[in-house]
Amino acid sequence: MHGFVEELVVNEDPEYQWIDRIRTPRASNEARQRLISQMSGALQRKLGLKVLEMGGNAVLGYLQCFDLEGETGLVVRAIGTACTLEKLSGALPNILGSPQREPKETANPEEVAVNSQSPGSSSPRKIQTFSFSPPKPSSRHSSSSDTELSLTPKTGVGSGSGSREANPAKTLSRQLTQTPFDQREYPFFTLTSFPPGFLVHVAGVVSARSVKLLDRIYNPDEPETRDAWWAEIRQEIRSHARALGCHAVIGYSEHTSICEEVCILSASGTAAILNSRLLADASRAPAGDVRSWPGGSERRETENGRSAPRDGTGPEDSLPQSCCICHVPYDELNLPFPMQLAQCASCHLNKVPDVLFTTIELPDSLAVIGKGCLIQARLCRQKKKAQGEVNAATISGLLPFMEYELHTQLMSKLKLRGMNALFGLRVHISAGEMMLVGVASATAVFVAALPPPGSVTVAAKTPEPTCEGHLVTLQRHIDEIVARNKQQYKIILPEQVEEAAEPPPEPRRLRVSRSQSESSEEMPDLDLAHGRKDAFVIEIDDADAEEDVHMLLLDTPTPPGFLICNTETVPGVKRLTSNLQMFTAVRMYSLNSSLTAHALNRAFNSLCDNLLKSLFFKLRSMTPCCLCHVNFSVSLPEDEQVQVTVTSLVAACEKDSNKDEAIGRPKTEQLRGYSDSEDPLQFPLELTSEAAPALSPSHSSGTETDSPHLELRQRHRSAPNSSLSLPPPIVELTPLSFVAGHHVNKYLGIINVFFIRETASLREEGGVSGFLHTFLIEVFSMVRAHVLALGGNAVVSYRLKECVFMENLNKNQAQCLVNVSGDAVQVVCESDSEVDLQGASSDLQAFPM
Amino acid sequence: MFLKYRSGTSKAFLNGLRTLFWISTRFVNPDMNLEMDVFVGNTTLIDEEVYQLWLDGYSVDNAVAKREQTGVTGCFVDLLLSDTMDQYRVFYRLERLLQSPDKLSNQLLFQIPPSMQSVLFERYYNFDEAFVRELLGKKLSKGTKKDLDDISIKAGVSLRSCRRQFDNFKRVFKVVEEMKGSLVENVQQHFLLSEKLARDYSAIVFFANNRFETGKKKLLYLTFDDFAFCAEQLIRSWTLGAAGSVADDMDVDLDREFLQELKDLKVLISDKDLLDQHKSLVCLGVRGKMSTHCDIEGNFKGLSRGLVNIATKLMHSKDVRDFFIDLVEKFIEPCKSDHWSSEDVQLFLLQYTGSAHALGTFRHQVLWERYMVTIKSCILKMYHD
Repeated sequence: MHGFVEELVVNEDPEYQWIDRIRTPRASNEARQRLISQMSGALQRKLGLKVLEMGGNAVLGYLQCFDLEGETGLVVRAIGTACTLEKLSGALPNILGSPQREPKETANPEEVAVNSQSPGSSSPRKIQTFSFSPPKPSSRHSSSSDTELSLTPKTGVGSGSGSREANPAKTLSRQLTQTPFDQREYPFFTLTSFPPGFLVHVAGVVSARSVKLLDRIYNPDEPETRDAWWAEIRQEIRSHARALGCHAVIGYSEHTSICEEVCILSASGTAAILNSRLLADASRAPAGDVRSWPGGSERRETENGRSAPRDGTGPEDSLPQSCCICHVPYDELNLPFPMQLAQCASCHLNKVPDVLFTTIELPDSLAVIGKGCLIQARLCRQKKKAQGEVNAATISGLLPFMEYELHTQLMSKLKLRGMNALFGLRVHISAGEMMLVGVASATAVFVAALPPPGSVTVAAKTPEPTCEGHLVTLQRHIDEIVARNKQQYKIILPEQVEEAAEPPPEPRRLRVSRSQSESSEEMPDLDLAHGRKDAFVIEIDDADAEEDVHMLLLDTPTPPGFLICNTETVPGVKRLTSNLQMFTAVRMYSLNSSLTAHALNRAFNSLCDNLLKSLFFKLRSMTPCCLCHVNFSVSLPEDEQVQVTVTSLVAACEKDSNKDEAIGRPKTEQLRGYSDSEDPLQFPLELTSEAAPALSPSHSSGTETDSPHLELRQRHRSAPNSSLSLPPPIVELTPLSFVAGHHVNKYLGIINVFFIRETASLREEGGVSGFLHTFLIEVFSMVRAHVLALGGNAVVSYRLKECVFMENLNKNQAQCLVNVSGDAVQVVCESDSEVDLQGASSDLQAFPM
Repeated sequence: MFLKYRSGTSKAFLNGLRTLFWISTRFVNPDMNLEMDVFVGNTTLIDEEVYQLWLDGYSVDNAVAKREQTGVTGCFVDLLLSDTMDQYRVFYRLERLLQSPDKLSNQLLFQIPPSMQSVLFERYYNFDEAFVRELLGKKLSKGTKKDLDDISIKAGVSLRSCRRQFDNFKRVFKVVEEMKGSLVENVQQHFLLSEKLARDYSAIVFFANNRFETGKKKLLYLTFDDFAFCAEQLIRSWTLGAAGSVADDMDVDLDREFLQELKDLKVLISDKDLLDQHKSLVCLGVRGKMSTHCDIEGNFKGLSRGLVNIATKLMHSKDVRDFFIDLVEKFIEPCKSDHWSSEDVQLFLLQYTGSAHALGTFRHQVLWERYMVTIKSCILKMYHD
């Protein structure tokens, strides 16, 4: 893994050119569509060159965004993590190619092209990631989480050099950026899940925001200014991470919100300490050595002083160091900000924070109790209409308060659910003419290693006798909710589940409240002088605040049968069995402008709540199911309009029979384990460690290059049996990195499409809803058609990135712009590949993932 | 910034959607106004309950009210409304595809699981018995379509639903009218329907093509099922397709040659000897087996004359139309007035058909068999209150 790459391209927006006045809207939109796809292509090529310079051959966790700045232009940004992917060969035939199969294997021309990867070869979608170089062994299955495998299409050079290195001779000579990792400019990773052992400590969320004026750009057509802006922000993020004693930022993402000429740039990530040895391996170690990594963990562990010794006998052995991720990376006496530390509940050796906020997926190795759930903080703030600098100043003045408020809400809701950690935290703040809205979504879980949250109490700042009774009822209400939540998410404290031998953690030990492992610079220092030592206190100082509390409490409870989260899988759910439905829901409200600040906020809150309710209602026939990867995005297209877009996947999940089981590693492991176990890539990885001597480097290149075909051909043969090949084949779209019940056979490349649709007969098409409905249906079907054309049958990491809607009811016109992206893949139903499974099962036990 | 007109959308489709547009502002919240509400899934999943409401011709408002009353408990009107609107939008878009089923299974716009597809077709092509009973045997023409509002009131089916059903009949009729091969199979293949539904459609097409009169007062006691059964019998033995390996294998039209030949049966009533012989044979056969009150002797002549006359008249297409009414007038009514039970009728017809074979001078045995087998099963089906 080579590290962070970013690129930015700017161009004039055709919609704002003078010629737009005389040409038809469609011509203008077509020009826009064309330009955007050109820009995105150019961007990918530029990024590809950068990666090549770094010695990599792939970008994982590729995030591409469009900023429609308006008159100042159109910006396409991309960030990603440069990596070297290797084609694993050698070992493959030995494991999978049982003798009977080998003769059948004839070189499929297409695959040969892929394998040989001659420069300029006709297969730009090269990477069939048969294997990864170790730093990311799991990045392929467990995480391509946000990872589009974007491989700089058509850079023949890129593909050539990349895979040459990875060719059978295994002379992986990487000229590596010799700078130690943590001294690099941006030690960022856009990935959100990592191989076990890679993460050492996670400290918390770091974020930075900045408000910029677009009309002050000196030369709008050049990318320098924007580059400089982002550089500032990234540096800030880096320094935050440093302040937390961390040398890397993972799960990093960037986001913009534009309103007229004011632009809010935000970036967030999770400060973490990564395994330095693995990092070094990632960049330097010779391939053979590196490969042995997952299998040969014992050796590594002895060498690696930090990690506790562990025997790799079986997956049941929970990793002793699994709680290590939660341990604070800094000295207890030298905290970066005031906070409370508690003793780790699983190892009792180290200190842990009482809550943990992160932007990453829940690591497989982290033990959690009960199930996770989505929590959301929503906030809407009024602001005066203003222009230019005044506007920017107002916004930047409001931002810190919003962020503070959002975090308070998150914290309260977290406590109300009796949980202690947040994963997949995404904070979206959008600016409009009249208001600012913020939505923070995250998946709350109870991490076994962290102390259980204290009780939630209500306190009035100025105790008045009149409201005493009121407070009591409120308190009772809260207690009820907490109890109900605990029951619903099956949170049973460790004492009840773990062996008696283990000394129970002391809940009293933990102290107050709002200390968070959260460092965002705008966060005002928290006042911890609440006086209550063992409880989270919600203070009520006036009527408004009381209303807020009510709002907190009135969150619609998730109906039975539903599980909802914004991470890839619901923590605590063993495995998803099948995809049921991927959907996008868009709602637009116009809020009454005469509302008071609080009514506005309440309206916004109930609006989001209603949307969730309607989702539950619509999907009621699918229960029990999980809503995974729920992605909320809010925008303010017009003065009083709020547009909320939700994309999510509904998946069927296994009924868990043993409810009270503390679900530790097995949970997600099974979920991912299935793909691991059947995955051709994995076997070579460990085989090399065991049988590496047997496979001399001089192993005939013939076998090695052929091996992937063998595998592929087998899959091909089985494909027709699967239901996915019925005419017209069903194409699954999923925002996750895998298709439940299937495993990815082949990556076919990134899909990144941009559509603009306009109409001048809005009423006739059923109004705005009708128009958008048709459009989204068409977008989905076009994406599916793209995938079919590439020979795939599913899209993973599907994102609907942009959905900009404009209307003019009086003129009966509307137009909408949508950007979707994802990875086209070919998946194979699990049951179809049982043969492989059997063939490989003997090797599985020795494979402690 | 915006383009002129997007063509290619049918008028009916637009009208449907337009209604959706106007309703969408029904619920107003003072704080906020829902302007757009869209839910799109990668797989198009359909709530069968809402689908049925749509097919029954409910407007969104009525459908919501209906859903509110029945079933789904504990949810708010706005949820129901939003869900119903979403579904209705899908239905309006699907409608064109439903009208040409082969297209639905080959399009990419909607990803619909095959099982769901068959439910969609089955429901879309389903019909109300009350409505089809009114329409049976009528020409599927514009004129009839104009009368649909009367029919809809009579049958108690909403006009919208009637229009859909009428259009379905017409569509199926147009497609299979000129087709060779089995009528049922043709319908099944082209409209992907279940066998039961395909049979019903064959009956409807057959009736419409031959314009059988079914609406007379005397026939009102007959149900659609009765007619469908008869149609099947007629198709099985009286059509061109039934005549065996005729090159022009058509199920829709009756076999003209056969109808022409039927006039030869006249001899059964015109020849006095033959008639008496036949009568005595039948009387002998049924003696003691039929209910005591049955007066075979007295009725035989009338009944036999009735049946044979029907046969001889079938060469005129006007009389073909009156086939069922003739059966009722000439045979069923006399039997009923004599209080025959359906067992009596069955026995009589059995003997009546069989003993004709024993008539030495009667040469049209094959013709007689082909005619009487069908007549027998039709009468038996129609012989009820």
